[in-house]
This record gives sequence, structure tokens and C-alpha cells, in this order.
Amino acid sequence: MIRFEHVSVTYSGASAPTLSDVELHVPEGEMVLVMGRTGSGKSTLLRAINGLVPHFSGGTLRGRVVVDGRDTATHRPRDLADVVGFVGQDPLAGFVTDNVEDELAYGMESLGISPSTMRKRVEETLDLLGLADLRGRPLAQLSGGQQQRVAIGAVLTTHPKVLVLDEPTSALDPLGAEDVLATLQRLVHDLGMTVVLAEHRLERVVQYVDRIVHVPGNGEPVEAGDPAAVLATTPIAPPVVQLGRAAGWSPLPLTVRNARRRSVELRARLADVRPPEHRATALGAPVGSVKDLVAGYPRRPVIKGVTISVAAGEIVALMGRNGAGKSTLLRTFVGLHKPTSGRVKVDEVGLVPQVPADLLYAATVADECSLADRDAGATKGATRALLDRLAPGIPDEQHPRDLSEGQKLSVALAIVLVSEPKLLLLDEPTRGLDYVAKQQLITILHQLADAGHGVVFATHDVELVAEVASRVVVLADGETVADGAAPDVVVSSPAFAPQVAKVMAPQPWLTVHDVAAALSSTNGALAGTTHE
Amino acid sequence: MRPHHLVTHPRALHPGAWWLWAIGLAAAASRTMNPVPLLLIMAVSWFVVSARRGDTPWASSYALFFKLALFVIVIHLVFQTLLSGNSQGLTVLFTLPELPLPESTGLQVGGEVTLEALLSALYVALQLAAIFCCIGAANALGSARQLLRYVPAALYEIGVACIIALTFAPQLATDARRVRDAARLRGGSTGRIRRFGRLAMPMLEGALERSVDLAAAMDSRGYGRTTVSDPRSRRITSALVITGMLGVCLGVYGILSGTESGWMGLPALLVGCVLGIAGLVVGGRRTGRTRYRPDPWALPELLVVASGLTAAVLTFWQMRTDPTTLVLASVNDVPPVPVLACVGILVAVLPAFLAPPLPRPESPARDLEVAA
Repeated sequence: MIRFEHVSVTYSGASAPTLSDVELHVPEGEMVLVMGRTGSGKSTLLRAINGLVPHFSGGTLRGRVVVDGRDTATHRPRDLADVVGFVGQDPLAGFVTDNVEDELAYGMESLGISPSTMRKRVEETLDLLGLADLRGRPLAQLSGGQQQRVAIGAVLTTHPKVLVLDEPTSALDPLGAEDVLATLQRLVHDLGMTVVLAEHRLERVVQYVDRIVHVPGNGEPVEAGDPAAVLATTPIAPPVVQLGRAAGWSPLPLTVRNARRRSVELRARLADVRPPEHRATALGAPVGSVKDLVAGYPRRPVIKGVTISVAAGEIVALMGRNGAGKSTLLRTFVGLHKPTSGRVKVDEVGLVPQVPADLLYAATVADECSLADRDAGATKGATRALLDRLAPGIPDEQHPRDLSEGQKLSVALAIVLVSEPKLLLLDEPTRGLDYVAKQQLITILHQLADAGHGVVFATHDVELVAEVASRVVVLADGETVADGAAPDVVVSSPAFAPQVAKVMAPQPWLTVHDVAAALSSTNGALAGTTHE
Repeated sequence: MRPHHLVTHPRALHPGAWWLWAIGLAAAASRTMNPVPLLLIMAVSWFVVSARRGDTPWASSYALFFKLALFVIVIHLVFQTLLSGNSQGLTVLFTLPELPLPESTGLQVGGEVTLEALLSALYVALQLAAIFCCIGAANALGSARQLLRYVPAALYEIGVACIIALTFAPQLATDARRVRDAARLRGGSTGRIRRFGRLAMPMLEGALERSVDLAAAMDSRGYGRTTVSDPRSRRITSALVITGMLGVCLGVYGILSGTESGWMGLPALLVGCVLGIAGLVVGGRRTGRTRYRPDPWALPELLVVASGLTAAVLTFWQMRTDPTTLVLASVNDVPPVPVLACVGILVAVLPAFLAPPLPRPESPARDLEVAA
């Protein structure tokens, strides 16, 4: 269905090709995951499928990309609209009309499909994606998952044979993501559609895909193959796979179910080992608190009586669905939002917003750092020193917009930290971060907590919570529904439990790292006993 | 009879019909300074809106326009009181302290305020307010956004640009708020202009990125695929449409200003319409696009448009036969009732009954059972 023949892509002005000599064949009816680091060329690969690269992006493409017998050299993206459906990362940015029904019809109108056929296909698509109840609704009022489903529906109405999605779930909460992935699976299984998608959150998708294409970046060859085989060697892998590696299972499990069936022996072996506590090592004085806080809009409170106190050295994860009030709570902490009633007590506080790039406006990293020094009244070079500690090696003269997501976050963090806040707040810090950047963030957060900062972060990423949080607060409908040590809150919850906890339940293990450490120590103990 | 010809069959009326109806009423309002028909027009527009508006976000725009109308009246009266002096009329109501200004400016601030000056100002403001109400009614009943769906095929690109702009504006506002918050987080307020520069950069970059995303999305969804680009026919289309537009503008100006200088009025309007339509037809032929579920144009639409036009036509007729009832000779007299115009305006209230009712939003099954 899709064939890449010796494809190399070089963007204009770039010294090295983004993709080099890609040889790839995707047969009909497959669901393929494209994985790799940010900037490795994943998006380029995806956009080459419908001709956006090079027709829209510019640059040079050598070799041939053929989709359903059409060569992208002679077909522009619009000429492939009836073969390839392309869904971008932010669905709202790709909407042309303002309500669901018109959006579904838009592509067909452009292709000149007859009105009666259009009517029929819109109805079919509404049913297929479960959007019938939303048909007349304005697009801006839909939730993230619904918007993503509408975006998928909007390209499905032209009956493409291939669906290409660039990080379809990265901005969604776990439930919205499941919604979208279930839809994709249905398209592959019921309609035999070919689906190619890129995703950072591997744990969400590997179980559904037939094949993985790993784009290592730096011009190294692209490898493709069976998920278990590819994941055995890649530096990035979802927690179940890492658990499989640690326990030495072969073939590697891809789903929680498989891992659980394999782990009977492992669980027996670890039955007497106490998992680490995941608590703050040293709790300091409280650095910020809210009491009976009510905040939001007149007659529509978003936060309804929340009481939280954060101590120095603590890392608190704030979880809950979209719209549960996480962001509002953080914004009230820093004073961007006036509380309707209740008390907020903080001294020095800093917030890294959801889009860290909003904090950046200078033309170079060096300017940005000196501006931050001046804003915070800090000594010259303080921000730069912080930045070098957080993420060494960001060149001074680079434009902040050209940095990777992880680097942008580091710069934003340095800018916020230079005013030495005792309480640091982060709003969804892992949005758009790849695995490596996430590991870096985890290290940074641990360092900050050890240095006596209190940290609160809002997130949907259960694996991040498992790795880093010492306390978890779950908000629902503006109220606290759970507040306690990470293992206590997370392990028993079906929505918030990390994969390792699901595999190891009822034992409260949270991360692969913990299990691996426990395994090596029991191995040592066992070895010791046999030697005696 | 097919159901969409029935005035009782619940559906949304074509937004074009509402706009034509409102234009008819506004044209009637433009010809008179008599408060009786003007108040009648405002009442009619209010009545029809409350009878036939939906629960869409723009349906509340009538209230907005009404407030604007009241504001216009108040402003007009305040300025008249302050600046009128005793330039007209004899009935002095009260005297304001006068601000000494040199004679040469020709201005007088304060002084005697006469009944005549106030009344004529009120009537002029009332005319403007009535026209505002008409526009508000059109917006509430068939939003400008809905209307854009029916832009002729030849002007399709312009229509798309307008729709995107309408979506873009609120998003830009959201962006601005986000960026401003971020700036506040960073602190350091060094001057207003500096601050603005800081805000503008991320916003502009965000907007640019979004437009590129949108362009990519539209391209991959087939935008512009069926357009046959033939430069000659495109040039003919634009020439025809532009001359047509000019003609329509001149015609409308001629009719509304009432100068009626031969060719400026009706003839220019007709020629302009013909040219414009010809251009749109020629241009429409070159696209292969189709339209999803257009609202039908059926009997109720015709009736609604006819009622609006009746108001305009009868008012114009009244103007021709008996102009003194529409343009008052003396403002202090009790305004006369222009029978013909009032009848016409009252006809325009009929859409409250002739336009099909809007379908009720999906009600829970319980309601249906009760109804059964």
C-alpha cells in the first residue's frame, strides 16, 4: 500500500539529510507505529506519505514514495486526499468549519462528491465514530478526545485507504486517548484500513500495532519489524517491556495481560520484599497551602473547597480529567486567578505554564537568560548557570523557538527557578516530551526536591507520577477525591495505576527500576545462601 | 406538497431570507424620521426575534444590538443638549451654563436647550436605532457566519477566508490571554511598549504556526483540487463582479439618499445586479465543488422576503404620495400616523408566524413518552 524506495529528505538550509535512504513497505490493512526521538524525522516520514513533504514543506526528496500506485512526485497532497487521510497533532488547528457535521463534509465538498453520497457518508461516519450525538455542536466546545475523533472522521469521509496520524493522543487525558485508540483499532479491524501513527507514549499504543518502525535519527538507518523484536533493542520502551527485559522474559510481553500471566513466578519471588516507599526523604517546612479554596467563574466554580498544603522536599502530582480544575488550582497558587473564597498562603512561587514557549520571547538563548537575570534581579549569569545544570550544552546563539520541546522546558524552568521560588508548579510538563527528555525532567525534579523546593505538577502521565511523585492528589469536579502517598493512591486505581503496578498487583510496585533493584538484591541474597 | 414548503414543518429558515427581510425593514426605517413607524419597526423586529430565534450562541446578539441602539440615542441626546445652543426652536426647556468660546469657532457649548432641538435629535437617533435593531435581528435569526456558507461558488475563496478569520479571532484572544499570563509569571514590567513587544512575538509566532498548520490540513483534505484555473475566465469573472458591485452600490445609494437623479437609483441597481449575477454564474462554472446539505429555498423563505419587501415598498410609496407624514414639518406637533407605511411595517411581523418554527433540541425520551 505504501512503499518508500531509497527515500532521503533534506530540508533547505540543513547540512545533513533528515531521513536517509529509507526503504519501507507497509502492506494493506496494517497498523504501524512510527517511534523515535523528537527531531528524529518521524513527522517527516509521516508527511512524506501524503506528499506534504516536499510539496508543502519544501526541501529535496530523493527516491520514490508510492501510495496505492500514486507517486507523490507527480501527485500533490490534494491529489492524494482520496487515498491518504492525514490528521495533525492539534486537531483544532486543522478545522476549517465550525460545527461537526460541516467539518465532516468539508473534504467531500472539495472533492466534488455528489450531495446524496455526501449525506450518506456523513451519517455513516457519525455512527462509525460515535459522534451522532454531537452532530450540530460547535467544534470549539468539544473535549480533546471528541475533537480528535472529529478530525479523524473528517478525513474518513473521503474514504481513504490509508490513515496517517501524527501523535494523535499526546494532548489527551488517558480516557480520551483510549477513546481515540479504540476508534483506530476498529478502523483497522473492521474496515481493513492501513493506519500509520507516530506516538511518544508507547505504553498506550504498542499493544495495538502490528509493526513498529523505529526512526533513530542522525541519519541512521530506519528499522522496521515485529513490535516485540524491535522493542527488545530500542533505547525507548514502555514499562511492561522494560519489566520483561529486567526479568529476562522472551518473547517480551507487550500488554499488561501478557506480562501478568508471565509474572506469576516473579511475584512469588518478590512476595516478601517490601517495595520502596516513594515518600519524600526529608519533609521541610510548608512552602505553600490553600485552605477551603473556591475559585473559578461567577456562579460556575471550578475549584470547590480544596485544602492542600505542600511541604519543602515534597513532589506532589495533581491528577484528574481534563477540566477537573488542575490548571485553575495552579493558577490560583501563583495569583493569576483570584480566589472567590478561601485562603492561599505562599511566599515565593513559580509556575511553568502548559506551553513553556510562552515564557520565551528573546531572539537568542543568551538574551533570554540575561533578560531573566534582570527580571528576577539576580546576579549576571545566574540563569545561564542554572540552565547549564539542568540541560548542559544548549548553544548561546540559538533561537529559543528552534529548541526541542525538552530544551524549551529546560530554559523555561531555568527562567522560573532563577527567582528562587520555594514552591515550583508545573502544568503538564511532559506534553510533547520524548522519553529521553522525560528522564531528564525526572532527574531535575528529584534534584529540586532534594534541594528543598516543594514541587507540584499537574499531569495525565501515570508513568511519570510513578517515577517521581511522593504524594498524589486526585481532583474530580473541583474537589479533592484522593490525597496520599503515591503507592496508596495510584496502585488501586484502574485509571491512574502505572503498568508495573497493574502487573504486580496486589504488591505495590510502581516502577521497573524498583523491581529491577529488588530482583538484583534477592538474586544476591539467593546466591549468598547457595554459596554457604 | 413537500414538507419544506409547509410553514409548520420545523426547520431552520435560510439565513439569506432573514437578511433580505431585515434589509427591507431597514430600508423602510431609512426613509422616515417619524417616531411612529420607527418605534413600530423596532417592535416588529423584537417580536419576530423573540418568536423565531434558536438557542445558538449568536441568537443573543439582538440584545447586544438593542443596547447599542439605546446607547446611540443617549449619546445623541447628550451631545445635542451640550452643543445645540438656541440654534433652533423657541420652546426653551432649560438653560445650561454657557462655556465662553470665541465667536469664530461657530461652536456653542451649553446655553439654552430647546424642545425642538432635543426632539429632532431624538428622531434622528431613533432612525439609527431602528436600523441597528434590524441588523441585530438579522444576526440573531441567521448569523453572518451561517450566511457565509451560501457565498456563491465564484467567491468561495473569500468566503473561506472570512470563515477562518471568524474562527481565528477568538483563538487569537485565547492566545493573547495565555501569553499575557505567562508574561506576568515572568514578572519584570519594563514599560508598556517593551511589554507589548514581548507579548507580540509569541502571539505572532503562534498565529503564523497555526495558519501554516491550517494550510497543510486544508491541502491534505483536497482544498483547491477541483478548481480549474483558467486565467481568462477568472479575469472576466472579477471584472463582471466588480462592475456589478459598483452598480449596486450606486443604485442603493441613489435610492436610499432619495436624490433619484435619473440613472443613479433603480436603473443602476438593476444593471449592477445583472452584471454581478452574470459574473457569479460565469465564475461558479469553473469550480467542481459540491455543497453539503444546503438549506432549501422554499415557500416560507419567499413569504419572509416578501413581507420584508412589503414594508420597504409601502414606505417608499408613502414617501411618494404623502411625504409630510414621514418627514415631519414641525417636530413639536404630535407625529401623524402614516397609514400605508405602518401597514407595510405590520406586514413584516408576519414571519413570526410564517417562518417555520425551529426544531426543538433533542429532548430526553421521557418527554416523548409524555407527548405520546
